[in-house]
Amino acid sequence: MTPVAITMMIIAMLTVWGGLALAMWNLARHPEDEDELPAPEEMPHEL
Amino acid sequence: MTSSPVGRGGTAAPARRETFSSRKLFILSAIGSAVGLGNIWRFPYVAYENGGGAFLIPYLVALLCAGIPLLFLDYSIGHRFRGSAPLSYRRLHRAAEPLGWWQVLICFIIAIYYAAIIAWAAMYAWFSITKAWGDDAEGFFFNNYLQAAGDAGLSFDFVSSVFFPMLAVWIVTIVIMVAGVNKGISRANAVFLPLLVVMFVILVVQSLFLDGAMEGLNAFFTPNWDALQNPGVWAAAFGHIFFSLSVAFGIMVTYSSYLKRKTDLTGSGMVVAFANSGFEILAGIGVFAALGFMSVTAGKPVDEVASGGIGLAFVAFPTIVSEAPFGALLGVLFFGSLVFAGLTSLISILEVIVAAFQDKLGWSRKAATLVVTIPIALISLILFPTTTGIQLLDTSDAFVNQFGILACALVTVIVVSAGLGSLPRLQKHLNRTSTVKMGAGWRILVGGVVPVALGYMLINEIQTKSTEQYSDYPAWFNGVFGWGMAGALIVGALLLSLIPWNDKSKLKDPEYDEFDALEQRDGDVDNNAVNNRDVADNNNKELQP
Repeated sequence: MTPVAITMMIIAMLTVWGGLALAMWNLARHPEDEDELPAPEEMPHEL
Repeated sequence: MTSSPVGRGGTAAPARRETFSSRKLFILSAIGSAVGLGNIWRFPYVAYENGGGAFLIPYLVALLCAGIPLLFLDYSIGHRFRGSAPLSYRRLHRAAEPLGWWQVLICFIIAIYYAAIIAWAAMYAWFSITKAWGDDAEGFFFNNYLQAAGDAGLSFDFVSSVFFPMLAVWIVTIVIMVAGVNKGISRANAVFLPLLVVMFVILVVQSLFLDGAMEGLNAFFTPNWDALQNPGVWAAAFGHIFFSLSVAFGIMVTYSSYLKRKTDLTGSGMVVAFANSGFEILAGIGVFAALGFMSVTAGKPVDEVASGGIGLAFVAFPTIVSEAPFGALLGVLFFGSLVFAGLTSLISILEVIVAAFQDKLGWSRKAATLVVTIPIALISLILFPTTTGIQLLDTSDAFVNQFGILACALVTVIVVSAGLGSLPRLQKHLNRTSTVKMGAGWRILVGGVVPVALGYMLINEIQTKSTEQYSDYPAWFNGVFGWGMAGALIVGALLLSLIPWNDKSKLKDPEYDEFDALEQRDGDVDNNAVNNRDVADNNNKELQP
């Protein structure tokens, strides 16, 4: 692979997969509102 | 269901709307919907043809300026109005209901042919083990497997090797749909999506070890900067992002209507959007590594072996499977990935239709699912496992994408933004519970940039398809199954909107009234209702002596 192709590959991976990691990190910082969870007997079995 | 439809006293209480039991399951299902066949067989070729590595720039611009804003628009409508597409648009404004039915009918067309492609992929996973295509993958696919007729038309000569796998696909899908949102859709996605990712990662790793893989990646990532000056490349990026994210045809409206009231809509949407794009980058690497191997083996440059869509999946990949070390494994992984990516998308497409009829008729989940999906399966099984199935699929796919999804999306954003002026209200709704806040920029993107981009694409498509016969099929064929079908979707949508919502329908839903009251308490204001009230008040004042 040429250096320019390798550079573009790394940039593509960093922006898209980095964006995914950032989005997941943001979501993990804000857990779901527990008050809104259904009562335990209404929850489906674990998947 | 999250609660019993029958009250303790034995009297029938209204069934509560199902909700995803957790945010994680919603995200998994939404990713399952977005990651479809297009991610695997469309993105790599579109990116390669439109600038290679340089395509990343228009792609990211399109993702951030059109894809994600539109995704949030769908989320805000579905979550705020808590209904299937027709019900949500009806609650947004009485006159907007046809938009929802248009989206439902688009999903109907896609569902009937999507099942056929999943069935082909399932058979090809099996064929990979014996390499049934021998040394002529193209001839085998069209002549031996599909037994495709020479001329486009409508034949009822059934091909059993397509019919029975399609029947199996429909049975599996209907069983999942009958089980409902939590026990069916969530569970299927929680199994199929991780399976898809694992299989695809193994496929990519195996592809990277093939001879010529680096040549393939080199061709894929080498940027052609001149391409960025071509408006067609930018249109291709916007078009791809738009189709890839499953936005604006009811799916995300329907799925987000099953979210609990306090859900981080934009935070979840960012994960869905970037996961979808992340999978595409992975697919680009896997597909072009394999195409690099094909190019080295055939002694041809990569541009002569590169292809997309059906040609990539059912002609190029079988050729690679025949020649690669551990080719059978590569084939099972590739076609298995297509099956799982397709199934999770088909489920979401069908949910748009099932939810719409469930809401309008007020039926139980099971009854609505069976009454809706069995006729769809029958129509699909009559039209597509035949010797003319491939031509019908080709034309309906091309026309429903451009004059169904694209046209409907354009009309929807114009109606919601300029027509009803609902963007500020939806923006407030997004910001009430979300972590990534939307500013005026979101309204400008949805109300300005998106309609311009969609309008440009639609005009281009109308020009292309009206000046030349699509795929050189006869004019009557494209006229009936292309233009005619696309027009019939609009007429059908208007007719379905005329059917009144009866007392059992979900339009009159105490659960929604409660939800609506809480939203209004938290600051939601229906400007249309306020304006109408103001007009009425002014009229009353004028009438007073």
